[in-house]
Amino acid sequence: MNRGLPCVLSAMLVLAACQREERDTRPQSALGSGDQPAAVTALEPGGQRPASSNNKAGVFEANAFHLSEGKRLFNWFNCSGCHANGGGGMGPALMDQKWLYGSSIESIHATIRDGRPNGMPSFRDKIPDDQIWELAAFVRALSGNAPKSAAPSRDDDMMPHPSENRLPDAATLGKSP
Amino acid sequence: MRKGRQVAAKTRVSAKGGNRPIAARLGWTLLAGFALMTAAVAQSLSGPAINPPAAAAPPDDGQWAMPAKNYASTRYSELAEITEDNVKNLQVAFTFSTGVNKGQEAAPLVVGNTMYIVTPFPNILYALDLTKPGAPMKWKFEPNPEPAAQGVACCDVVNRGAAFFDGRIYFNTLDGHAIAVDAATGKPVWNTHIGNINIGETITMAPLVVKGKVLVGNSGGEMGVRGWIKALDAGDGHVVWTAYNTGPDAEVLIGPDFKPHYDMDKGKDLGVTSWPPDAWKIGGGNVWGWISYDPDLNLIFHGTGNPGPWNPDLRPGDNKWTAGIFARDPDTGAAKWFYQWTPHDLHDYDGINEQVLLDMTWQGKPRKVLVRPERNGYVYLLDRTTGEVLSAVPFGPVNSSKGVDLKTGRLIVNPDKKTGTGKVVRDICPTASGLKDWQPSAFSPKTGLLYIPHNNMCMDEEGVEVNYIAGTPYVGMNVRMIPGPGGNRGAFTAWDVAAAKPAWSLKENFPVWSGAVATAGNVVFYGTMEGWFKAVSARTGELLWQFKTSSGIIGQPITYRGPDGHQYVAVLSGVGGWAGAIVSGDLDPRDATAALGFVNVMKDLKDVTTPGGTLYVFRLP
Repeated sequence: MNRGLPCVLSAMLVLAACQREERDTRPQSALGSGDQPAAVTALEPGGQRPASSNNKAGVFEANAFHLSEGKRLFNWFNCSGCHANGGGGMGPALMDQKWLYGSSIESIHATIRDGRPNGMPSFRDKIPDDQIWELAAFVRALSGNAPKSAAPSRDDDMMPHPSENRLPDAATLGKSP
Repeated sequence: MRKGRQVAAKTRVSAKGGNRPIAARLGWTLLAGFALMTAAVAQSLSGPAINPPAAAAPPDDGQWAMPAKNYASTRYSELAEITEDNVKNLQVAFTFSTGVNKGQEAAPLVVGNTMYIVTPFPNILYALDLTKPGAPMKWKFEPNPEPAAQGVACCDVVNRGAAFFDGRIYFNTLDGHAIAVDAATGKPVWNTHIGNINIGETITMAPLVVKGKVLVGNSGGEMGVRGWIKALDAGDGHVVWTAYNTGPDAEVLIGPDFKPHYDMDKGKDLGVTSWPPDAWKIGGGNVWGWISYDPDLNLIFHGTGNPGPWNPDLRPGDNKWTAGIFARDPDTGAAKWFYQWTPHDLHDYDGINEQVLLDMTWQGKPRKVLVRPERNGYVYLLDRTTGEVLSAVPFGPVNSSKGVDLKTGRLIVNPDKKTGTGKVVRDICPTASGLKDWQPSAFSPKTGLLYIPHNNMCMDEEGVEVNYIAGTPYVGMNVRMIPGPGGNRGAFTAWDVAAAKPAWSLKENFPVWSGAVATAGNVVFYGTMEGWFKAVSARTGELLWQFKTSSGIIGQPITYRGPDGHQYVAVLSGVGGWAGAIVSGDLDPRDATAALGFVNVMKDLKDVTTPGGTLYVFRLP
């Protein structure tokens, strides 16, 4: 009893010291409702980059659970049909460093929600808003813009080597994301 | 046949003006090597000459009024000013930038003193005045298609050309419009909206005008689009008939006239019953390739695309009437016969390639045939009056099937290469893009050879689950392509039609994604994805001349007689299409599955060419 108590106490201390990643396993079911405008250009008269911030961005970005959900949805909503596993096809590549409509998670969210004029369909009212955020976070991860500890690996059953976003010469060119 | 060959040789000598002694010519011929001997032997065995039906291939007027040259789709020109001997002197006459750096798959048209070019999206139609130095622009017509259409075009935003008929140019736009333009003024005459991009429907094919009707089909086999072919009135553009390639007989225009040769194609409403419930509504079978027409039989022949989705587990059954060929009455659309190249397609083997109409002696009997180098890897010889398969011989490495049963007509599928959900199958040959894709071949009656530009690749496939969401891809397959046996990803093969075997074959590093044109000067032209425009001997395949254009070539070369009476050769340069999407779409080669798996085998294309869009026209000095 005397010996057990310190053990339990220290275990509680150790566990309490771990900050657990928050997992919102029941996302809001509202359809693509986030109507907050997001700039799709880095150009704004006045000498400053346009500010884009959405309080949801921080919740979803770099969150392992949301990223893995985003990866699942990326196939379920046929994103992979056009963008393949990041290399592109009917749609542009997502794993490179070229962004037609902005690289921030807010811009990507707006791209999925509202569509873009040269072929990106609008998924507003097709995908719940939280799931669009999950997709946007995963899209950023495809180009190495997510911590390795959180980003899901690409499916490797067709591949002879680890997924590209885990290779040192990936889009980040060795930079730590 | 020996007689026939002597006559041909005589013609050739006189055509080049006899400026070289026949003895020298003979010596050269002897030196030409084994390939020629094979061809000669094959020809001597093959009986009387093979010719396209006269009604479908009238005497050459020096123009080029439809991409396939004539209704028989021979892509053969009787012009003979450019010969095997002088082609080495060919030089650029003029060039023209299309202003669009996407895959240029179209054939230029030449009618009278004007050349017409249609570009990839945004589908600009240009008219160039050939009477003036440098061929300046006469007019241009911009249809301004909906930019969103680019997002539902499966394999680059290509257009395979226009067609001329009765003072008008007919062409299609990516966003589903068929348009008639006055050839003299460039003013639109009519514009009919027949495709809906919101279900993923686009139009990329060149129309064919038959008996005052403009024949057009849709693309979208990767988007769950139900395939159709429509006939529009050439006068005012109204839809005369529509034939679907899946669904109930009434909508497929299958009626009492329908008499397929094989039992597998007989039965009521097979377009419904050979599918899981309602799957035919999103089952593909599109018409995005080539149509031929036989005026004597009053039949058009058109292929049907792959069934959707690619993952075959999601559509048990034969999936009629996809991956096959229809013969239809052009007046009513009524089906006359059907043959299915690839029942229950496992590997995206669209059946849309060109069919060359020929009259020949087969096993001692005169037959009206149709030759089809097919995506699944076989050169088919069909009796075009009945749809009976006379022969089916592979023209390259094939392991996805083991031949064609000529009794039942059925492709013998190799069970080791069957794909399915959650299963990775490796080394399937040919690839989803086929041993040969859309790139059209040419037939020379002088040599009896069919010149086939084609691929040599294999692939790994993995079936995955897929949801149907209208206007998004409906594929359900991860694909990873690799070079085929030998490592050359492309080849240019001369096929002896009578002997049903290759006469010679040239290896190319990249898939030969361009069309071919054959001439009476015994010169055959094609282009490579590096950008070389090549002239080879029609008899031996010997490389006679080549010119490096600004971008990879995937277009259809043509030849015509200019206003000055001289022979010209024209081709569009500008890489793209499915094979070149890695360059034209700037795709990322690190993802093996990009562009439906094609990127993996084209990783180095970005190192050898860049996007472009330029017309090149050549002539002798």
